[in-house]
Amino acid sequence: METQAQEFKSNAVEALANQPLQSAMGKMKKGFTEKRRIAAEGLEEFEQLRDQARDIKNHTLDHLDLYLEAFEEKVKENGGHVHWCADGEEARQTILKICRDLDARTVTKGKSMITEEIELNDFLEKNDVEPVETDLGEYIIQLRGEKPSHIIAPAVHLNQDQVEEDFRRVHTHLPEDRNLVEPRSLVNEARQVLRQRYIDADVGITGANFLIAETGSSVIVTNEGNGDLTQTLPKAHIVVASLEKVVPTLEDASTILRVLARSATGQEFSAYTTFSTGPKRADDPDGPEEYHVVLLDNGRSSMLGTEFQEMLRCIRCGACMNHCPVYHAVGGHAYGSTYVGPMGVVLTPALAGIEETGVLPNASTFCGRCEAVCPMRIPLPKMMRHWREKEFEKHLSPAATRYGIGFWAFFAKRPKLYRWFVSTNLALLKLWGKGDNIRFFPFKDGWTKHRDLPVPEGKSFQQLWKEKQKGAKS
Amino acid sequence: MSSSRSAVLDKIKSSLKSEASDQTRREAVAARIKKHDRNLIPNRTAGLDKGGLVDLLETKLKAVDCSVQRLDTLDDVPAAVAEFLKNQNLPATIRQAPHSSLTSLPWSEKAPMVEVSEGRSYGDDLNSLTACHAAVAETGTLMLESGPEGPTTLNFLPDNHIVVLRESQVIGTYEEGWDSLREKRGPADMPRALNMITGPSRTGDIEQTIFLGAHGPRSLHVLIVKD
Repeated sequence: METQAQEFKSNAVEALANQPLQSAMGKMKKGFTEKRRIAAEGLEEFEQLRDQARDIKNHTLDHLDLYLEAFEEKVKENGGHVHWCADGEEARQTILKICRDLDARTVTKGKSMITEEIELNDFLEKNDVEPVETDLGEYIIQLRGEKPSHIIAPAVHLNQDQVEEDFRRVHTHLPEDRNLVEPRSLVNEARQVLRQRYIDADVGITGANFLIAETGSSVIVTNEGNGDLTQTLPKAHIVVASLEKVVPTLEDASTILRVLARSATGQEFSAYTTFSTGPKRADDPDGPEEYHVVLLDNGRSSMLGTEFQEMLRCIRCGACMNHCPVYHAVGGHAYGSTYVGPMGVVLTPALAGIEETGVLPNASTFCGRCEAVCPMRIPLPKMMRHWREKEFEKHLSPAATRYGIGFWAFFAKRPKLYRWFVSTNLALLKLWGKGDNIRFFPFKDGWTKHRDLPVPEGKSFQQLWKEKQKGAKS
Repeated sequence: MSSSRSAVLDKIKSSLKSEASDQTRREAVAARIKKHDRNLIPNRTAGLDKGGLVDLLETKLKAVDCSVQRLDTLDDVPAAVAEFLKNQNLPATIRQAPHSSLTSLPWSEKAPMVEVSEGRSYGDDLNSLTACHAAVAETGTLMLESGPEGPTTLNFLPDNHIVVLRESQVIGTYEEGWDSLREKRGPADMPRALNMITGPSRTGDIEQTIFLGAHGPRSLHVLIVKD
């Protein structure tokens, strides 16, 4: 998996100065968190369900080989095909072959992060198969030649007027003087433009939120209905899913579904949750004639048995990024990777290697909100720390960071010296500051350019602690 | 069979380093699939009688922007459909599922103005009428089964979708829906498509403002018929 993660820092600086982006992000950060809170509070068992959801996935991951075999057997029993793919290239070639065998000219696509991960659209285009994204957000970013900036709201970085511009630029067959002031009219225009595409498409490609071992079903969870049109109307339905999507039973999927939509959009249940099982049956009036599941590893099997195994519990709800102050500040594109926000900074190094992506696990303040809201209780900050350790061990961190940590370690190992150093520095900072705030400090303008540094109150934590202990004794 | 199958499976096994024997693991997996035990069921629908469940269903359906009408008998369906279409200023046409509960509806007697056709949709139907497998009160979720009596295209292509259900089809939880499906079809046998539908199509992709009717139906009207 290729990333531009190394550019995170410069991207972040640009993002902070990008006014339209800041305006869009300002709107997103309140909406999602508030809706999720209300939904979680609206179900008294929500916290227990999170525990169970975590346990279901833990059990499944511990038996992943066997559940995948069981799933495969049921898919075949129902007349479908399973294609095991070790990496993105094998998955792309497999998908292309299915398309070629059907002489496919166009494929419609439901929203799927896994096809973003393997950069399927570019590949299909180069091979004369036209991919048409049908989720409204995905459609918009496809028109713009962008990547999604959020795993469930791909166009969350855009404002309405930007979408209007794109529609006017691309939909040139429509009257120029049409009114697109209301966002409703943009939704209608996309509906109208995409309608015929569904019907004309030869192949429909979707991702999967779950694979059910018990029944051999793939499940998609959507709101627009585009995924269902995508998988119902063409000759073939291709499901692209990573290994860890499998769960044992319909009951297990139901439990996780109870926390999925609530965590993602704050809905109790998404508008469309569809279980697809094999191709059209003999007496079915509609549905695809072929049903293929492309099972993709792409580095996940190597995460099993490591400190990153728990990341494979992720159900891609987006709650972690919806609650992340870093994501709120810079948006998804700054990360330079397919997966963004807290889940992205943990998963990306596992898939693409820490060598190229070491900066990502540092894109966190460790405030812990991501772990607090993760429906699968993934310890995201802990795993970011693991990555930072690996980055340090491999000598990948920037020199300034390494010297800084070395400098700090020197004092930390000598408590007396540490205390002397801290108290002298506190006194100096107090002298330097004017009034309550420090407006400028040599070499620290990275901080002071954007905000003031409060002048220290006078005593260090250790001094305060000592006094408190004394007070408690007397 | 692709060559990567065994490579991927072997890699999973070697990474997991499981201490349990192969047989123990296999038995655990087979048993879990066979027993398909329920996990924690939210208390929301516990202890509700039929009337309570139907009331909760109606509340939940309305909360996700469905409209709901209660009817005394199946024979009232044609007039209710005609009225809905008229109130919404829609043409008096309907594409209905070839479902046993719908095929003998007294259209010509009760709603002769409505032009009724039957079968799957090819994309040029404004309004559809279907049955469903069950309706889950917990979240206002309709379970629709594909098959000769349930074309999936009727659930997604038309602009307006009307679903008819009997009060006896109202259940509390998704799990009850799976059990009744297993009872009807046999264990681990799913229809090609099982659609769980909770309200009309919607999108929040433009500045998180919710609009109905993104790609699927703009409206979902539910007719609940007494048994």
